[in-house]
Amino acid sequence: MAGPGELLLRQPSEDTLTLVLSGRWNLGEALPSAEEVRQKVESAPQLRQIAFDTEKLSDWDTGLLTFLTRLRKLYAGSQIRLDSSGLPEGARQLLALAAAVPEEKGARKAEGKVSFLTLLGNETVGFFQSGGELLEFVGDATVAFWDLLRGKASYRRSDLWLIMEACGGQALPIVSLISFLVGLILAFVGAIQLEMFGAEIYVADLVGIAMVRLMAAIMTGIVMAGRTGGAFAAQLGTMQVNQEIDALKTLGISPMQFLVLPRMLALALMMPLLSLYANIMGILGGLVVAVSILDISFIEYYNETVKAVGMWNLWIGLFSSAVFGVIVALSGCMRGMQCGRSASAVGEAATSAVVTAIVGIIVATAIITLATNVLGI
Amino acid sequence: MEDKSPHIIINDLTMAYGDFVVMHDLNFTINRGDIFIVMGGSGCGKSTMMTIMIGLKTPAKGQVFYGDVDFWGSDHDTRDRIIRNAGVMYQGGALWSSMTLAENVALPLEQYTGLGAGEIRDVVELKLALVGLAGFEEFYPSEISGGMQKRAGIARAMALDPEVLFFDEPSAGLDPVSARRLDDLILQLSESLGTTMVVVTHELASIFAIGNNSVFLDASIRTMTATGNPKNLLAETKDPTLRLFLTRGEKS
Repeated sequence: MAGPGELLLRQPSEDTLTLVLSGRWNLGEALPSAEEVRQKVESAPQLRQIAFDTEKLSDWDTGLLTFLTRLRKLYAGSQIRLDSSGLPEGARQLLALAAAVPEEKGARKAEGKVSFLTLLGNETVGFFQSGGELLEFVGDATVAFWDLLRGKASYRRSDLWLIMEACGGQALPIVSLISFLVGLILAFVGAIQLEMFGAEIYVADLVGIAMVRLMAAIMTGIVMAGRTGGAFAAQLGTMQVNQEIDALKTLGISPMQFLVLPRMLALALMMPLLSLYANIMGILGGLVVAVSILDISFIEYYNETVKAVGMWNLWIGLFSSAVFGVIVALSGCMRGMQCGRSASAVGEAATSAVVTAIVGIIVATAIITLATNVLGI
Repeated sequence: MEDKSPHIIINDLTMAYGDFVVMHDLNFTINRGDIFIVMGGSGCGKSTMMTIMIGLKTPAKGQVFYGDVDFWGSDHDTRDRIIRNAGVMYQGGALWSSMTLAENVALPLEQYTGLGAGEIRDVVELKLALVGLAGFEEFYPSEISGGMQKRAGIARAMALDPEVLFFDEPSAGLDPVSARRLDDLILQLSESLGTTMVVVTHELASIFAIGNNSVFLDASIRTMTATGNPKNLLAETKDPTLRLFLTRGEKS
């Protein structure tokens, strides 16, 4: 069994260097590098030719070929000629094949450094473009909704029911868990503070108002952004990759009406219901803490909650959740429709849908809070 | 007697992605009833040509006429109306994956015809039977083979009895026998329905078997170099690139 590849440099005459290759020249072995040859060549300026002796070469594969192509690159255009006649027949043919089609000029991608200003400019232009796209998409969605109101939108009722089931009923377990725990946490945090004033009973006010007015809607919104917004983006993105959306367009069916509208409707209808359910679960969470730790009775807690939570709070919460539903659906669908035609683009679309939705929810919450403040409700 | 009036006219067309010009100065005519082949090497812009003809991509310059209507110069509604008269078979079939084959074929019928559920069912069965997929109505696209998906794609494209059918690489990824059956199907449909067929392909066997008119897009000089019946082109052309293409690289 021959050892790993070895390289011997011999200089039979003034202008010729012979590389004696022996052993196994296989990829992954510790092979001699072309650098050795280069140093030798530099020390002997009268060299004009490099020849090969492969008598003792026992085995070779791509390892040998990369060594040879590196040599060829080193001495392309120089005075030194590579005499490949000493190489194995197969290696010679492969080398010739690799050289048969010359590198296409301009095909290699330029890796020039981009200046900071260029980068800043590109990013800024990109930001405004994506803002424009967002507005355009919202506009298209509004037109589709208007068509729906006029009874002219074409979508399948069965799709709407399916999506409503997927983003409504099937989301109940996760929404239950999250909102129950949020209620529990709110009660705990509040209890510690309120106990200092002997005002434990107001835990019910705290949990009730926080959940109904704000927290239930936000928490459901964020859960739905991750659960359903991402799914919408991935679905539509994959449809984009498979040309299914092109197929809709060439049949004259508007993807906006056929795909986006039912998703938007389903979420806008389901979100308030989920949010209502989250209210109950959150208050239940608070109740568990109050009854088990603060010695407040069930009836006391119930009465206090009913007294504290006004109708306005409920309406504001439900309104917010409907808005969040539209935001989650729009960002999911928009990223899906903008998706490129590759697997990684689908992943990016899903990620970006979730991020867009969460940012949208937070911004919308701020606006709604400000507005209710100004209106005094 | 075949009606040989012009159906689609490409006039002085340039297609580009941003600043990158794919093809320029394209001028050719597709007649009614033609099986028209758009051929050329990989990456020459054949499929882009098709996306422009079916309204998915705007040309950088020039016009596409359907009859005497300037397609890209018209408003959205006119374009919609024209394109509804065209069926498209996409490379991978592009069937809607959440629907069964029957639902795929039925959707355009539900959208644009006033037919009742029973009548639609009959039409769907007929169209699927025409492409050899009788009995597969309730299958989902993921449950059938690639060749069957393409044929189902044809059935969907034919749902509204279009005046022109576009095929994007019909034989790509198919075994020789399935590819041949697809070619035969295109020929039979053309003969019996008189539909204009526009086929984007580089499969020589298909080109000679079905094409009676064609355009050759030369990627090296980024424009068309010949148009006409591929058999005549093979016999008459002096252009070395086209000859090389049509003879599979054999040296004459």
